[in-house]
Amino acid sequence: MRYSGWRIIKEALSGHKGWRPVWRDPAPKSDYDYIIVGGGGHGLATAYYLAKQFRQARIAVLEKSYLGSGNVGRNTTIIRSNYLLPGNEPFYEFSLKLWEGLEQDFNYNAMVSQRGIVNLIHTDAARDAATRRGNAMILNGADAVLLDREGVRAMYPWLNFDDARFPIKGGLLQKRGGTVRHDAVAWGYARGADLAGVDLIQNCEVTGMRIENGRILGVETSRGYIGAKKVGVAVAGSSSRVMAHAGMRLPIESHVLQAFVSEGLKPLIDGVITFGAGHFYVSQSDKGGLVFGGDIDGYNSYAQRGNLPVIEDVAEGGMALMPAIGRARLLRAWGGIMDMSMDGSPIIDKTGIEGLYFNGGWCYGGFKATPASGWCFAHLLATDTPHPTATAYRFDRFLRGAMIDEKGQGAQPNLH
Amino acid sequence: MTRIAGGLIDRNTTLNFTFDGKGYTAHPGDTLASALLAADVRLMGRSFKYHRPRGVMTAGSEEPNALMQVRTGGRQEPNTRATVAEVYDGLEAQSQNRWPSLAFDALGINDRFHSFFAAGFYYKTFMWPRKFWEAVYEPIIRRAAGLGRLTREADPDAYDKGFLHADLLVIGAGPAGLMAALTAGRAGLRVILADEDFLAGGRLNAEAGSVADQGSADWARATVAELAALPTVRLMSRTTVFGVFDHGIYGAVERVSDHLAAPVAGQVRQTLWRIYAPHAVMATGAIERPIAFDNNDRPGVMLAGALRAYANRWAVVPGQRVAIFTNNDSGLASALDLQAKGVDVVAVIDSREGGELLPGIRHLRGAHVVDTSGRLGLTGITIDMKGRRETLAVDALGVSGGWNPNLGLMQQHRARPDWNDQIAAFTPARGPKGLMAVGAAAGEFSTLGALRSGAEAARAVAEALGRQAPYALPKAEDQAYRIAPLWAVPGASRAWVDQQNDVTVKDVKLSHQEAFTDVEHLKRYTTLGMATDQGKTGNLLGAAVMAELTGQSIEATGQTTYRPPFTPVSLGVLGGRSQGRDFKPFRHTPSHHWAAEQGAVFVEVGMWLRTQWLPRKGETEWRQSVDREVLATRKSVGICDVTTLGKIDIQGTDAGAFLDRVYANTFSTLAVGKCRYGLMLREDGMVFDDGTTARLGPHEYVMTTTTANAVTVFRHLEYCRQCLWPDMDVQIISTTEAWAQYSVAGPNARKLLARLVDQDISDAALPYMGCAEVTIGGLRARIFRISFSGELAYEIAVPARYGDGLIRALVAAGEAFDAVVYGTEALGVMRVEKGHVAGNELNGTSTALNMGLGKMVSRKKDAIGVTLSGREALLAEDGLRLVGVKPVNPADAMKAGSHFLKQGAAAVAENDDGWLTSLVWSPHLGHYIALGYLRDGAKRMGEKIRVVNLLAGTDILAEIVSPHFIDPEGERLRG
Amino acid sequence: MLIPHPLLGLRDAQEFVYMGDAALIGRPDGGDIATLHNYLYLRDNPAGEHRELWYHEQGDRSWLVVTRNTATHEILGAELARDVARAKGRSK
Repeated sequence: MRYSGWRIIKEALSGHKGWRPVWRDPAPKSDYDYIIVGGGGHGLATAYYLAKQFRQARIAVLEKSYLGSGNVGRNTTIIRSNYLLPGNEPFYEFSLKLWEGLEQDFNYNAMVSQRGIVNLIHTDAARDAATRRGNAMILNGADAVLLDREGVRAMYPWLNFDDARFPIKGGLLQKRGGTVRHDAVAWGYARGADLAGVDLIQNCEVTGMRIENGRILGVETSRGYIGAKKVGVAVAGSSSRVMAHAGMRLPIESHVLQAFVSEGLKPLIDGVITFGAGHFYVSQSDKGGLVFGGDIDGYNSYAQRGNLPVIEDVAEGGMALMPAIGRARLLRAWGGIMDMSMDGSPIIDKTGIEGLYFNGGWCYGGFKATPASGWCFAHLLATDTPHPTATAYRFDRFLRGAMIDEKGQGAQPNLH
Repeated sequence: MTRIAGGLIDRNTTLNFTFDGKGYTAHPGDTLASALLAADVRLMGRSFKYHRPRGVMTAGSEEPNALMQVRTGGRQEPNTRATVAEVYDGLEAQSQNRWPSLAFDALGINDRFHSFFAAGFYYKTFMWPRKFWEAVYEPIIRRAAGLGRLTREADPDAYDKGFLHADLLVIGAGPAGLMAALTAGRAGLRVILADEDFLAGGRLNAEAGSVADQGSADWARATVAELAALPTVRLMSRTTVFGVFDHGIYGAVERVSDHLAAPVAGQVRQTLWRIYAPHAVMATGAIERPIAFDNNDRPGVMLAGALRAYANRWAVVPGQRVAIFTNNDSGLASALDLQAKGVDVVAVIDSREGGELLPGIRHLRGAHVVDTSGRLGLTGITIDMKGRRETLAVDALGVSGGWNPNLGLMQQHRARPDWNDQIAAFTPARGPKGLMAVGAAAGEFSTLGALRSGAEAARAVAEALGRQAPYALPKAEDQAYRIAPLWAVPGASRAWVDQQNDVTVKDVKLSHQEAFTDVEHLKRYTTLGMATDQGKTGNLLGAAVMAELTGQSIEATGQTTYRPPFTPVSLGVLGGRSQGRDFKPFRHTPSHHWAAEQGAVFVEVGMWLRTQWLPRKGETEWRQSVDREVLATRKSVGICDVTTLGKIDIQGTDAGAFLDRVYANTFSTLAVGKCRYGLMLREDGMVFDDGTTARLGPHEYVMTTTTANAVTVFRHLEYCRQCLWPDMDVQIISTTEAWAQYSVAGPNARKLLARLVDQDISDAALPYMGCAEVTIGGLRARIFRISFSGELAYEIAVPARYGDGLIRALVAAGEAFDAVVYGTEALGVMRVEKGHVAGNELNGTSTALNMGLGKMVSRKKDAIGVTLSGREALLAEDGLRLVGVKPVNPADAMKAGSHFLKQGAAAVAENDDGWLTSLVWSPHLGHYIALGYLRDGAKRMGEKIRVVNLLAGTDILAEIVSPHFIDPEGERLRG
Repeated sequence: MLIPHPLLGLRDAQEFVYMGDAALIGRPDGGDIATLHNYLYLRDNPAGEHRELWYHEQGDRSWLVVTRNTATHEILGAELARDVARAKGRSK
């Protein structure tokens, strides 16, 4: 069923009886050509592109909970391609371009909204770094504008310009950055994948992997054994747990990142703002809630909830930057598990086990990467070669010394 | 006026307030809701999507409908629940999310076209043409969405934070909470009793029952009085415990001044308390839930318990003719309470078949309310009695679909609650350690049961702490609670589940029809429970409707995750004192006061404020000052405060060996009385930090670090010392703040210092890279002959408290040499002129090889980072190398952060040859000079390259040169 | 969170800085690139009991090995990292 305004009118006038399930609820078959483990954003996008772009068939997505139950449903919805390093920027720019045509492609309004993201600058060194980054972006075909203080003031005159501990000196603006309705991304990909014949199997947890002679044959699940020619794992947050079934140790730690939303407010913030002198970034959803966040709590955790000090730290940053939000109220704080990698960048690669592929280590940058991650992982699964924009995302980069360390923090995941 | 007799309000005092500009009166004890209801105002808000007229639904913090904007200016506060907002004299409240007025709201048209706005409609349209989303559709949606408004003015009020400790935290001051606090308090435990209400008592204030042979509210007053007299009990009203964090840490907000027009001078608006309590009881009561039936959202339709509370506590009846619709006994009790207050209870519509009939009331059993009427307020209801329909004229309807234990706090740690068939609700299961539910929050719905469970919990805690806590239960009601679940009454129109977000039973059905059957999908697709009340009244109803559709049990259907905060918390109080410049503390250098007296311009360097430059009279541009400072230093002598550099004393017989392992180069061979530049790597081989380390004695070194890494280097050294080589005899201590340290640089540096230092500092006595412990007028000092500027230079250190004296002494002694004091800008100019790396080059992704310091990495020993610095990609021949850059045309101004492109190369990523890291104007050379990382840079000396800044559209031809622009042979520093 | 410091008793986790898996104590001094790579980059990352390094920066500067359940955050114990290192045979 194709969605459109006409369809809505037709259904509205006939009691909405014609809407069909957005996905089937198939029982798992005994085997598939491809199994994607993980029905989050990346897994669903992978299945979608594998079926549609790479014309592969007999694909299943196995999800231990409900579709979209991972970080695709609990992030702060920001998209951008304002990365610095050659290993990253082409990939994220590819992703942003995919976002720009996504809704028409999968016929689902995910509310891709390019209202701009501005990274505030508070020191001369930060301006130098922003200049370097902005140039790297443009060299890679992305857009970037360096704003001075007055340029920022023109956009957000009510920020703290007059009494700031760290005065705003400018900002790096990417106009094509913005936000997307996160759940809708999962649903759009799921619906598209289902329409393309992919079996989306919920409540199906992978409990083991059958590996013989260095080759994967299939996966054990809570709904029985399922054979596969190729298995792609895209379970960020649970990467270490799932890959342990294959005996692998990863360059990844799991950390909790909290995110926050305020009560609904009339429009206040048009785009996305990141505070360069504290741990705070914010946008406003179409419903009116201020959606904001800060740093990870900083310790290994699978608990999907955080602690008070970080809530305070984020609010302190918010109040320092935006003294006008003091009367708004925090409505909800939640936590997700981040695959924090050793250099802050992801992995999309084959493993040492034939037929087993891995996609993870997204730190807290996974949402914006969803389309390109799916596309590149599908490319790797279908062709056994890395996509040109994802050639740097290899397991062996740590052994070779080819880290992609945007923050320059080294092999300590909680610092990325 | 519909005030009746009684109530817990002070009728001797009248308060004036306005709602939408119209004046009303209230009494102390009133909430905005009770006062408006008393004035026959039922219409208080509009719903989110359909802009339906809405009135008060509850009498507590779970309110979904009666949200208002209160106060004005910077204090304007959106989405305030009228049900918990205390009226103060002069309060101004406004309705929100309506235009032009509450009674006539243009967007009420949405309701007429509601079938086009079914759940999730927006996912299916607004996609064409693509550009129209941001340009047309979304702006309309954004303007229509949202609730209240912020003014964009700064919040003028102050906030604070504090810590509290207790043996037992009691959350909620209803019967269970009061009894728990009383039992524990009498036993001498340190108790905190926190209650979100301004009047302790909970349901005891809302019901007309008796406890210990007195009115239940009177018993609550008496108990509070006794608690207040107990020395170890702290009563905290207006205090919401909003979060349960790990290991017995609770977050609470005390609304110190929200019941006043403005905080009293010197007082805060709110305080954030972190309460540390190994034991806590959750006595948060229960929340009544509605029943879904057609048009169950009109102003005048309320929860039955809310009607009861308004009558008993606030002496208000929101109608002349009242009906009750219930599926459980509490609805009957509400009816009796209302009747006892003289209210005309037209009918009790009881969905259950059996049970005894209420005396003196038309009690219809096996009956349902199936529809309501009244555009801006309820005028009538239609009831169904097994097929027979009747319309009753009523202006208030109390609905009771049962009660849900208020288990939000308990479930914040994500354990699944248990389903309890007896009460048809979830009860808390395994909660966070130390937290137990009591009273109605645990499913104990009788007053006596609540009192008992509170007392029992307190006794258990006391015993765990080795104390006895006997208690005697007061006499109280102990009736069984009977319920026959009824969730939704079938109907043809719309029956609301989530009133604020306009989620109806039809939406739940559509969600099911489209395969969004998981409760999380239901929530996310329909927005059920995502409003400001977080579904406190509607969530279980929605899950139950879904359960009926899927045929699963409610228990299997489950509920969405409870998250903090329990009720919304202002960002102001979470930010606390972090306002304006108080966001972070300032660190001042020892010369700060002197510099401030001179009119110095300061710059933030981390937490430090450093002198950036010191303008002199007549200097209007910063460059004038900086150029002068540089030239004067190179010509004669300059003084700079370098105290911010990290300083670490390292002592012990293994100190030298230790340094050999933490530095890439060798320090054990350094002679006593000498300094050496050290390069410290991270284990991954990247340069971590650099600085000079001096050997003051055979077993004593002083390390300096960069300002930025002072803390992290020290942490790293402790890690190496304690975790890696625990038996090394090496002790370290940070002395960054113990010593004030000044650089004195320039040809006359020695002459200047010789006037102050008591000892001989001639070149022979203190050669280049020498160090010594000396005295200045008898005061102990350290002197290091090291140079960042490339000049003959020293760093002189004295105990920090003499730092102010020393800068004044240095300046006085320097007058003879026309000495200048220079700031960080001049420091930066001189270090670039000398090709020293600093922050922009020490970026955490650069190796010693990148910096041209590859030879410093000794491969003869195992030091941190040496092995992994040898990985293949890090040794690439054509990798980045530090180079100097100067414009071919001296007048050309480059920009740091620009990238390098070959001449003729297209501006695309493949041609990116590196970037310009640091740029300064060299007054000495008369043109800009820069450092940069250039691909294969070592082999490209003399090459002409483009320095391109695509952000500004500049493209400047420059020459690659040695990074040592001045005195490459280092003759000056040895002078 | 509260960390049971073996010398100082319960201390707020805010006083500490977190580093990660306590396996980092087992640095293969003098090891080759492959050995150091495995040591520095690969982690067990368990969902459950985890021995990890915390540094009492706003306190006595002890490095601790804390045993904590990463699924529940429950803390089962804390030791001085120096003692753990010695028990593993680390010395100079």
